Amino acid sequence: MDKKIGVYICSGCEIGESLDIEALAGLASSKYKVPVCKNHPMLCGEEGSSLIRSDIEKEGVNTVVIAACSPREKTNVFSYDPTAISMERINLREHVAWCHTPNDEDTQMLAEDYMRMGIAKAQKMATLEPFSEEINKTILVVGGGITGITSALEAAKAGKDVVLVEKGPELGGWMAKIWKQYPKTPPYLELQETGIDSKIREVKSNTKIRIYTGAKIEKTEGAPGLFDVTISQNGKSETIRVGSIVEATGWQPYDANKLGHLGFGKSPNVVTNIMIEEMASKGKFARPSDGKEAKSVAFIQCAGSRDSNHLPYCSSYCCLTSLKQAAYIREQDSDTKVYILYKDIRTPAQYELFYKKVQEDAGVFLTKGEVVGVSEDSDKNLIIDVDNTLLGDRIQIKADMVVLATGMVPSAGIQVKDLALEEPEGTSDEKKKEEEVPKDFIIPSDILNLSYRQGPELPSLKYGFPDSHYICFPYETRRTGIYAAGCVRQPLDSADCVDDAAGAALKAIQCVELTAQGKAVHPRAGDMSYPELYMSRCTQCKRCTEECPFGMYNEDEKGNPLPNPTRCRRCGICMGSCPERIISFKDYSVDIIGSMVKAIDVPEEDEEKPRVVAFLCENDAYPSMDIVGRKRLSYNPYMRVIPLRCLGNVNIVWIADALSKGIDGVLLIGCKYGDDYQCHYIKGSELASYRMEKIKETLDRLRLESDRIRILELSIDEYDKLPGIFDDFMETIERVGPNPYKGF
Amino acid sequence: MEREVFGKGILVVGGGISGLTTALEVAETGYRVILVEKEAFLGGRVARLNKYYTKLCPPSCGLEINFKRIKRNPNIQYFTLAEVESVSGEEGNYDVAIRVQPRYVNDNCTACGECEKVCVTEIENDFNLGMDKTKAAYLPYHMAFPMKYVLAPEIIGTDEAKRCLEACKYNAIDLEMQPETINVKVGSIVVTTGWKPYDAAKIDNLGFGKYENVITNVMMERLAAPNGPTNGKILRPSDGKEVKNVIFAQCAGSRDENHLPYCSAVCCLASLKQATYVREQDRESKVTIFYIDVRAIGRYEDFYTKVQSDENVSFIKGKVAKVEEDPATKDPIVEVEDTLSGEKIRAKADLVVLATGIVPNMSENKIPLNITCDEFGFAVSDPSKTGIYAAGCARRPVGVAGAVQDATGAALKSIQSTLRR
Repeated sequence: MDKKIGVYICSGCEIGESLDIEALAGLASSKYKVPVCKNHPMLCGEEGSSLIRSDIEKEGVNTVVIAACSPREKTNVFSYDPTAISMERINLREHVAWCHTPNDEDTQMLAEDYMRMGIAKAQKMATLEPFSEEINKTILVVGGGITGITSALEAAKAGKDVVLVEKGPELGGWMAKIWKQYPKTPPYLELQETGIDSKIREVKSNTKIRIYTGAKIEKTEGAPGLFDVTISQNGKSETIRVGSIVEATGWQPYDANKLGHLGFGKSPNVVTNIMIEEMASKGKFARPSDGKEAKSVAFIQCAGSRDSNHLPYCSSYCCLTSLKQAAYIREQDSDTKVYILYKDIRTPAQYELFYKKVQEDAGVFLTKGEVVGVSEDSDKNLIIDVDNTLLGDRIQIKADMVVLATGMVPSAGIQVKDLALEEPEGTSDEKKKEEEVPKDFIIPSDILNLSYRQGPELPSLKYGFPDSHYICFPYETRRTGIYAAGCVRQPLDSADCVDDAAGAALKAIQCVELTAQGKAVHPRAGDMSYPELYMSRCTQCKRCTEECPFGMYNEDEKGNPLPNPTRCRRCGICMGSCPERIISFKDYSVDIIGSMVKAIDVPEEDEEKPRVVAFLCENDAYPSMDIVGRKRLSYNPYMRVIPLRCLGNVNIVWIADALSKGIDGVLLIGCKYGDDYQCHYIKGSELASYRMEKIKETLDRLRLESDRIRILELSIDEYDKLPGIFDDFMETIERVGPNPYKGF
Repeated sequence: MEREVFGKGILVVGGGISGLTTALEVAETGYRVILVEKEAFLGGRVARLNKYYTKLCPPSCGLEINFKRIKRNPNIQYFTLAEVESVSGEEGNYDVAIRVQPRYVNDNCTACGECEKVCVTEIENDFNLGMDKTKAAYLPYHMAFPMKYVLAPEIIGTDEAKRCLEACKYNAIDLEMQPETINVKVGSIVVTTGWKPYDAAKIDNLGFGKYENVITNVMMERLAAPNGPTNGKILRPSDGKEVKNVIFAQCAGSRDENHLPYCSAVCCLASLKQATYVREQDRESKVTIFYIDVRAIGRYEDFYTKVQSDENVSFIKGKVAKVEEDPATKDPIVEVEDTLSGEKIRAKADLVVLATGIVPNMSENKIPLNITCDEFGFAVSDPSKTGIYAAGCARRPVGVAGAVQDATGAALKSIQSTLRR
């Protein structure tokens, strides 16, 4: 169908008072020959929006350009079906009228450039056709402990078919090995049954759940909605198709053999919290050395945890578990004394009430303290030296048995030798940044065995946990359609695991539902565009296959990228990485943005009106700039802002386009990267920074000052810094002088 | 008044981070949601935070993404200045009456700010916890969603209101707006009514309300926030000076039989976070944290380790017994026993921050719903009672990451209820 563009200019909200609307309209009609060009004093009102709708219905307008307020506002009014109508919004309010001098030549030139850029984009945008393929909606749950079982049940209750794969011979995981659990329901005082048996019965009797025990995943191929998973069980292999995956493979206890300094392995009567559970189910807390019942038991908390030589993190379940085990021991024999030696007692929320109850038991003695030595006497009793206690001096405790409250290591992190010293690659080492593309840290752990070019498992965040680094989006995953849940994701207590299981199940279901409609998941949920590759120009450089934060591309033996559109998050980082510019989305491409840059009118050098293109990430930087407008803060009128899905979209050719046009500088503003990254696509802004470093060398060779390119990180709440950032960059541009390529 | 609202879906009561999350997760999975929020904007308590722990990232970042998701999703319908008035029915078939208070501003509002310019009357700024004032024609805060002004009921019927009406070019002001009741049918309900801070004035020995330079942790967040009453500078209330020496009193009114017996789970990390605010404002500043246990659980321990490595931050295990004041300087003075050394301390500071706890809103404002709560007012999951669920701080004191996890799970449960008819 032929494109028919309608340009609609709003003169409300001071836009009309600041700008010559007629001139803007004239630009659209005469220079760009748009067939329909109208203006209205309140485009977002009933009359204004009907005007546009009527043109769509009656005049056949299928590309709508709205020059009005920010694209973030009035989205319910200006909303059209992207498979039928293309829309581009030009921000004449927050970015022009509200922050620049009204009725001023420079302000008018700014608005006119935005008109040119918006129309240039609209001319090239195409309507969307969602990627469609037969999507499978079965949920695969890997791991049959409390988290996996709960995920499976919750997904089945929501109407989905589920496949549950458990490596061991039985379901139940750690919950099947413990005797009781600490109180989770009001009045929060009594120990409770684990309830795991009834959960196991429930999952086994649910007809929507197919269970494989004694099984493992040999291979996971494909993509969301189209995963082909090969399960091996009893020497046989079976390949099934599933839609999405919940990884709930849990944890292992920290290896107590590393805790010789606390007596483990040296003294037989030094045991772990895991071993105490086994004793509890037998009803007897017997010393391993002689089988006699222990009449005094000392718990050493944070054994190998919160310790830079072992596990630096806290495992969150051990305080509650020791209190629970103290209660077991005291219930079993009220003459037995229990000592708990801790750094802090961590019983948050209503768990505090259980802590209080244990504290009130006269047979339990708790103190903060540093355990400086554990030794044995001739009867194999233990002597613990504790410093810095609540009793003032160093004390010595004698006990029949010592329990080390050891922490948890995620199953995904087991292969890492030195968990305490592990750090994700590519983030902290300055030197590495110069040489290597920022890469993910993937630990081979034989869980999913993904046939993904970038690695066989979920990328590790820290300490082996494949977690999300977003506070607001805990299920955010680096491998679309695969969600980690429970203790494999972060140290959790069992109540949290049950909650987490339901959350991950929801995300897994949501993924297949959205994918079936050809839509992306978070953060561009609902986006129906996807990358298309013009393979005849591909040079197999592998940048897209390496740089995609989500491992969207596989690779063939020649190095050709093999896209898997349902893995895609539509961030466009691949688009930025391709030196041949072969990757594009129907509504967003290298050519589209390049055309926007080329549409800017660059005045001659003697007019002394510099021009700067500013690429702003739409997630944090662009909203910040809207706030600058809302607060009526002003800055120089020479910046031309182009919003991007992510700063990682920046393709080097745009910089070349800008500079060869005589544009004096290019500013790039994106989200924070590094250890505490904010970039919504993990490493987009980091990649942009890496690419800009490379381009600076080229610029210096062309005798163009590398100062003309500046890349910055900005947080959404740093809007008050933006005017300064813009003006500061302009000062730099004025110092280096006009681009020598002007007028060429 | 019956207003046509789309057919059976899920009702979410409370539009803070938990409610927003449940609503979005349900909507993106393909089900319809009605979100009801009492205030004039979505975001609740988190919109009033300066930063989240432990990344020290701004709440508006995640909120912006969530609001963008709402804008893109026709499955969500939200009502602000609204509360649930009555609920009847059963799982799969609830009849709910939603009472919406008048904003006096309709959907034509472009947030241009002309009404605010002509308005003279000032009211307490609720967004800044009453620490400053705002005009009676106001935008709740600079990134408010919906981006619509509000006219305070105080000025309705006055000349002030007429002036605002005349200043508006877009017919967005409707002084005749009335409260209305909207009746909807839903299949399940998720309660995400959140929390309020424990009233520090009830803790007599800690001087809140008596001494100006004793504030609470929620007030500290507003002071440190760039959009707060002091534009992000932590200034002490009595004389507006920048603080150089701050004391944090942990478990203020928490883990305490006389106040809140439970632990509020977030205050340790919140104080660690706020200590970094103080330290960042002034490299010479000093912070002392008096604690019982530092509950930096899981991988949050890294943050505790980081703050501990700052020489200017000291940690002393001891619960603050009393706060007094030096009347000449208005410096607060804290009395506490260092339980490790046994020493009794009297410490003076520029500012004392009481780390007060979380009280579930349901403990005081009952929603007309058959929901089981524990003795503190937190909702209790009852697997036998399906159809009504709770998430976030309505269930137990929890931080943002935990609340979002919880809310995502509640989204699934609410969907299950609509399928199980």
